Amino acid sequence: MKSPFGNLFTLFERFDSWVDRVRRGGFAIYGLIFTVGVVLFILGLFAYITFAGLPRLNMGFFTGYASRLPEQAGILPAFLGTLWVMGLVLLISFPVGVAAGIYLELYQKPGRWSRLLEVNITNLAGIPSVIYGLLGLQFFVREMALGESILAASLTLCLLILPLVIVSTRESLRMVPAGITEAAYALGATRWQAIWFHVLPLSFPGIVSGALLGVSRAIGEASPLLVLGAVAFVPFSPGSVFDFFTVLPVQIFFWATKPQAAFLVNASAAILVLLVLTLLLNLIAMRLRERWHKRIEA
Amino acid sequence: MKRKGEWFIERLLQAAAWLTVGITLSVVLVLVWNAAGFFREVSVWEFITGTSWTPLFSEKNYGILPLLSATLLTSVIALLVALPLGLFISIYLSEFAPKELRQLARPALDLLSAVPTVVYGFLALVFVTPALQWFFPGIETFNALSPGLVMGFMILPIITSISEDSMRSVPANLREAALALGSSKWQVALKVVLPAAFSGVTASVLLAFSRALGETMIVAIAAGQQPALTFNPTVAIQTASTYIIQVSLGDVSQASIEYKTIFAVGLSLFLLTFTLNNLSFWLRSRFKNRQKSIS
Repeated sequence: MKSPFGNLFTLFERFDSWVDRVRRGGFAIYGLIFTVGVVLFILGLFAYITFAGLPRLNMGFFTGYASRLPEQAGILPAFLGTLWVMGLVLLISFPVGVAAGIYLELYQKPGRWSRLLEVNITNLAGIPSVIYGLLGLQFFVREMALGESILAASLTLCLLILPLVIVSTRESLRMVPAGITEAAYALGATRWQAIWFHVLPLSFPGIVSGALLGVSRAIGEASPLLVLGAVAFVPFSPGSVFDFFTVLPVQIFFWATKPQAAFLVNASAAILVLLVLTLLLNLIAMRLRERWHKRIEA
Repeated sequence: MKRKGEWFIERLLQAAAWLTVGITLSVVLVLVWNAAGFFREVSVWEFITGTSWTPLFSEKNYGILPLLSATLLTSVIALLVALPLGLFISIYLSEFAPKELRQLARPALDLLSAVPTVVYGFLALVFVTPALQWFFPGIETFNALSPGLVMGFMILPIITSISEDSMRSVPANLREAALALGSSKWQVALKVVLPAAFSGVTASVLLAFSRALGETMIVAIAAGQQPALTFNPTVAIQTASTYIIQVSLGDVSQASIEYKTIFAVGLSLFLLTFTLNNLSFWLRSRFKNRQKSIS
């Protein structure tokens, strides 16, 4: 017995499949256009910065100090400040982050405490960076009386990237096959000996690559340092960790918020320098990780 | 002897791990301690319900609503950009894209999140705002729209990476079952994969939203410094994070109440992002548990 609606249903179905075919074909194409479009849009923006800033990148720009005249202003203190911060952050956050990562991955027994530590670290990673600035201001600048120094800035940025270093350390340690540790134990090694002589060397490139990513994030941060009290005019090159400081992102902020257009050109040029630094760190980290993955899988 | 060394090393590592808990506690302590000093002089009720924020003027008002409305406004604009775009890109990358494109797009999107936010702020001010003014001449130099749009691109990688991961971890047999029943790829993507990955996608959106709320440099450069209780995206406003920066840059005496306001504002911002982040983690862990029970 044929239902009177039968034909209608087949009609609907045919229509549906037709719509579907159009959409499906469309989706693959639009998806491609969207993805490529976003990437092109971003590339376009950076091309814009490059065109604006590249002519300003001469020797004087690298060796000059802050100045009221945009043509004479340079990034030497900011560039050196960024290098100082880069070194200090790596020096401090690396051992602490790796130690915490080792403990969480290889020592901590699962249970209530490990849950607490894990939830806590994910929470730390989500705290807005400007709030780390408030912490650094109260704790490092005032309580520890470090003042508005490079050291206070570096310590604050260390706190900021610590979760990143810990998480990537744990991921790298997890990549080491369990057989390595077991073989070491079988030969009579203690837990620490197995870690120090076998697990760590094998996971080291991965750990370093994570730390480099963390540092690349740290040298791009401006807001916590503005809260700490980074200053606009630094008339000398920083010589010790207790000196006043400015860094590239802070310098860019001060230039970008000036009304004169010539300072915007300076900002573009400084952005180019900062982007090259960040990109370089990211590329090194990526390459390191890639080669390491190949090695550890072999 | 050897045993003692091992014990010592383990304690050292443990101390490093527990340092992270110490950091969280000190963040809370610093914020609450200083905010308490503020709330001794201004009632909590006035702070939450006041509609005017003028602590730096002679006639002082301490209502945080203008700062919160501005923070919400820019973040919602960012989400309006990032949500459709991010969802579209992650569905495309996880279900449709050829493998080579995916391998190229992932690191490209990751690089987006490696760009310092001060750079995004600069772009909003010198590129996006003039472009918007060209289309709509009424827009002020400092506005919520331009930094909001740019922030959308900043949080895009958060949405795409977590959403795509959760879509790809949807078990293949669910897809195959749907395909075997005659569904098209498109139907599988929208009616099987997206619902199955829903809590993962929501988690990514919450995390992105929380990041947008706390973002500072983009709005500090391009959104202005005028607290205003408005949802008009074309006029200058001041977000909570920008206020903290503004006070830090000025020379306000450290004992004054103006100075304590930044900790009260910081505490509000912290509570807001903290809630969103934990909602996001909870959703993601629920998603992982359900994945386990399905497969």
